[in-house]
Amino acid sequence: MIKKFFHQFASPKSFFAIANKFGKPVLVFFFLLYFGALVWGLFFTPPDAVQGDSYRIIYMHVPASFMAQILFVVMAITSAVFLIWKLKLAAYVSKSIAPIGAIVTFFALFSGSIWGIPTWGTWWQWDARITSTLILFIMYLGLISLHASFENKDKADKFFSVLVLIGVVNIPVIKKSVDWWSTLHQSASITLTSKPTIDPVMLYPLMFSIVAFIGLIFGLVILSSQNEILKREKYKSWVKNI
Amino acid sequence: MKKDRKKRLFGVLLIIGSSCLGIGLILYALNSNLDYFLTPSELKQSDENVVLSANTRVKLGGMVKKDSFFINENKVNFEVTDFEDSIKVIYEGLLPDLFKEGKGIVVLGKYIDGIFYADEVFAKHDENYMPPNLELN
Repeated sequence: MIKKFFHQFASPKSFFAIANKFGKPVLVFFFLLYFGALVWGLFFTPPDAVQGDSYRIIYMHVPASFMAQILFVVMAITSAVFLIWKLKLAAYVSKSIAPIGAIVTFFALFSGSIWGIPTWGTWWQWDARITSTLILFIMYLGLISLHASFENKDKADKFFSVLVLIGVVNIPVIKKSVDWWSTLHQSASITLTSKPTIDPVMLYPLMFSIVAFIGLIFGLVILSSQNEILKREKYKSWVKNI
Repeated sequence: MKKDRKKRLFGVLLIIGSSCLGIGLILYALNSNLDYFLTPSELKQSDENVVLSANTRVKLGGMVKKDSFFINENKVNFEVTDFEDSIKVIYEGLLPDLFKEGKGIVVLGKYIDGIFYADEVFAKHDENYMPPNLELN
């Protein structure tokens, strides 16, 4: 039964039907939730003892940086599924994630630069965390242009997926860069192993903003995947009948 | 699992594995070259090994030593310490807002005869966030 469910869901047609029903409501819901998290973080939390009000960009910088990495991991999983099981839907989702990942990564770098000016006294330094995140951004751009450069889209999916698997090594490097080398960027405030070094009054809105941003971005991924399905299967009868 | 799928799974693992190995070897070879700054004891050591010529710009990082800060003839003087060794820094210019004794700092400049002449100063804030009233307690 599980196998049957999987096969049904994994066909572009049924994914499209489900996404059509839930995609937009999910997106709107998490958009409002993220908006609420920002209002909470910007207006209803105390300033930081050291950084004052400038720390508040954390409610945008951390969700964006987190998603920049998570999206690449998701893309690696869907790419592996595509390569192993030849599941077309997985390739469509992979391809749809790349532009969203590029924008989110750019936003992470941009918000980090804005944060850096008042706190560090510089908007750009070539430390390991910042440089590896820039590499992530360039990889997203590279993946987008690789896929666009193939006339034969089935071939494009294959090369795209292989490149994603090669690039995913960068993710643990970004994550551990602040521990492996000396950096200007501070180390993680929230870890799995120890107590967060961020006060609860700031931690709760931060967690809230991260969860809301995850939902928001996955909502976008679903809508973008729908688009890709229509583009790639436009000659199939079920698409013509929509 | 079907035979061809197993083969493809093996291929996927091989791609990830070889990529890990390649990047791992590169990072291992680069090792401390990827460090953003040197600590005072590292800088003193590299000075003894005559790695630095007088014109090499380096980055020195650590904590601003307590009670070492003073201003003399429009120049800022303070010491950077890693709690083992400390180096005297002279700097002319604006300091970032977060500059404070006992807090993290990175200075960029030249190290000549035991004194660090900084061109740029960056504040390195830590990963602790808390409201102002809690810090006093």
